[in-house]
Amino acid sequence: MTEALPAWLEALAGALLVGGGLFAVVGSIGLVRLRSFHLRLHGPTKVSTMGVGLVILASMLIFSVIGARPVIHELLITVLVFMTAPVSAQLLMRASLARDPGAAPPRPD
Amino acid sequence: MIHTAVTIALGLFGLAMLLAAWRLLRGPDVLDRVLAMDTLYVNALAVVLLLGIRYRTQLLFESALLIAALGFIGTVALARFAERLDSVGHRD
Repeated sequence: MTEALPAWLEALAGALLVGGGLFAVVGSIGLVRLRSFHLRLHGPTKVSTMGVGLVILASMLIFSVIGARPVIHELLITVLVFMTAPVSAQLLMRASLARDPGAAPPRPD
Repeated sequence: MIHTAVTIALGLFGLAMLLAAWRLLRGPDVLDRVLAMDTLYVNALAVVLLLGIRYRTQLLFESALLIAALGFIGTVALARFAERLDSVGHRD
């Protein structure tokens, strides 16, 4: 289809892509299987950090080798996702506590 | 070989999206659905990046960036909205 990539890049990028996919599946299994909302909030963090992070790493590697120059604009997505994921998690947890104050763990002394 | 890896990764991300969609349909709470929506758009972002790798184009990068930005705004809006709903879905 297109020009062949060097073998080391194929192996490395392939491992990164499949690893990212595995992390995404693990995070989504957590989203389905865990018991309460407070536990379920834990699962998708794997998807957004490791899943997307590894795919972006592989994409940067491949396009850098194809273009024979460093291609790093994919880092913008990483920065955006890594900055927004904790904010949305915090907002979701705050909303959950506002809806059901009884679910809050006891305050440490 | 990279073609195979992209295909496998697309399948895995598709499976992850199906699982998130199950949680989106099942609930039980509004916030569970918001969280499932959040997971769905992050997975869709990865799928767009994978398609960019498969077709060797950088044009899809901008759409992935847009999905990241707009998905975050949507999650924030829904979370702030759900904060003021009671358990049956009426606004206080």
